[in-house]
Amino acid sequence: MTRLDEYRQVAPPGAVDIILKLAERVRGRRALHVSGGRFGGGAADILRAAVPILNDLGIDTRWEITGGDPGFYSTARALQAALEGSERVLTDEALAHYVEMNRVNAKKLDLHADLVVVHDVPPASLVASRADGRWIWRCHFDLSRAQRRAWSFFRQYVNQYDAAVVSLPDFGRRLAIPQFVVHPSIDPLSEKNRDLPPREVASILTSLRVPQDKPLLLQVGAFTRSQDPLGVVNAYRLVKKHYDVRLVLAGTAADDRESLEVLADLRQAAHHDPDISLLELPPDAHVQINALQRAATIAVQKAVRESFGLSAAEAMWKGKPVVAGVGGGLVQQVIHDVTGYRVQSVEGAAFRIRHLLNTPELIARMGTAGREHVRRGFLITRHLTDYLALLIHLTA
Amino acid sequence: MRTAEHPFVFTGCVELRESLDTQALDERELRDRLEEVPAGSIFYHTHGYFLRHRPLTTAWGNDFARWAAVEVRDLALAERLAVVDPFEFRSLEELREELVTILHDHLRRLTTVPRAELGGIFYFQQSHIVQVELGSPARTLAEFREGLATVDASAIYFHMVEARARLGRRSGDFAEWLRTSLGLPALAERVERIDTYMTSLERVRARLLSLVDDALENGAA
Repeated sequence: MTRLDEYRQVAPPGAVDIILKLAERVRGRRALHVSGGRFGGGAADILRAAVPILNDLGIDTRWEITGGDPGFYSTARALQAALEGSERVLTDEALAHYVEMNRVNAKKLDLHADLVVVHDVPPASLVASRADGRWIWRCHFDLSRAQRRAWSFFRQYVNQYDAAVVSLPDFGRRLAIPQFVVHPSIDPLSEKNRDLPPREVASILTSLRVPQDKPLLLQVGAFTRSQDPLGVVNAYRLVKKHYDVRLVLAGTAADDRESLEVLADLRQAAHHDPDISLLELPPDAHVQINALQRAATIAVQKAVRESFGLSAAEAMWKGKPVVAGVGGGLVQQVIHDVTGYRVQSVEGAAFRIRHLLNTPELIARMGTAGREHVRRGFLITRHLTDYLALLIHLTA
Repeated sequence: MRTAEHPFVFTGCVELRESLDTQALDERELRDRLEEVPAGSIFYHTHGYFLRHRPLTTAWGNDFARWAAVEVRDLALAERLAVVDPFEFRSLEELREELVTILHDHLRRLTTVPRAELGGIFYFQQSHIVQVELGSPARTLAEFREGLATVDASAIYFHMVEARARLGRRSGDFAEWLRTSLGLPALAERVERIDTYMTSLERVRARLLSLVDDALENGAA
């Protein structure tokens, strides 16, 4: 039994067979993925699961990472932030150093493959040293609001690729190359999403000091203004007038000024309310997030702006209805009135949460619909199918 | 039992989506862009809706109607666009003409142009279909039934929609094979008449299976 066969029990019927048939058509081809690191979410999450499966399928797939000095990493981070729309100072010297470090990376790495997929910003300028094969730039973030200067610099590299892949059409920009659209995915067999017996869920919640004595509202996400955790607290307060519920806000705290400010505000908001739990978890707290999502009654993802986070899909995979904002990939993940609700305001979130708490059968129905929606559209099997189709299309 | 000289090969498909650099923020822009985009984009947003949307998703029949209903909240336009059955048109250009005409007539009755709400831009896309041969080839009606019951739903789409609308095989692959290879014109005609609009691939599969079962029971095969 191959690694892929394990997905038969969770993927839609026929999905694994399609992957096997697609893989037959590209067996023996060489693929190379290059990213800025092996840890964290986004590209790394997906590659950790996909690369071993692709090798099992007979597609020679390597995953390399770019290295560099602190100056390289700091410029790559600032450049990505600027491309995501934040104000950043990028000097000509820093950008030249970023390009130079990737020139060094290109000499160290074996870049020969039939398909080279370069993920996000740190390795992007490697394309200037491209060898054989077709080159794709995979953008995992929202590029649509890029700072003009950052984009002017970066566009010259993106246009040297054969194609770009974005997570949503809304995330792209005008380019001289084709732009394909591939949604990200979750791995249903990973620590974050695998089945957990209720006893293990209870034990993890006890260790997190979250009692399971009342309905649980949960938001998983960064402590940033774009995720609107304060808006979630305000929605909880409106709900609390009518229902005795708990609120858990779980995420990884960053050390930037915005996150620290938001956390301070949240601590103050939670100070006199024992039913609000603020959980600052390490980035690898996957099983804890899994347990929280399984214990939740309703998942809330009230982002006012976000790229394509998958917390909504993760909660839906665990059979939870999601009350979501309207940012980024939430529109794709949450089908309004079917798998949850999309809301525009704190009041809207409170109204929908109350409606769900008042209609328990709806919680179950939406939870079931959500799991099926994720099964069809947001599992790694669908992602592998898209990737293989891209490989066939571009290397035919 | 009749045996076909040329077996039926079930072919599934994967849709690779490509974003075009074309968008619409309001209904007038939608009409203008509709006149310009490649025919493949018209196909993607109409016939392709059938492959992407499962029974769970809101059934507006095509992406244009869904956008008018959900993002612009112009239900009158949404209803007019939703009843356009793409399978009734002989070519994508005829279908384009119908959609543009509906938008044109609708806009003529209005004093202001309805606009999408924040973030509700319509992004035109097109798709590249990658074909995949699935399962064992069928030589008899019984084998065809067996394959049909288990094959991935994308094969239903490929043989009933893609083959007719984009590959020019007007009868669809199932009806064509039943007629020419198995010599079952009556069954072929019934298959050809299946309404593939505003339904799901699984319902089409169920309808096909029921027709094939009737033929097997009546000894037509």
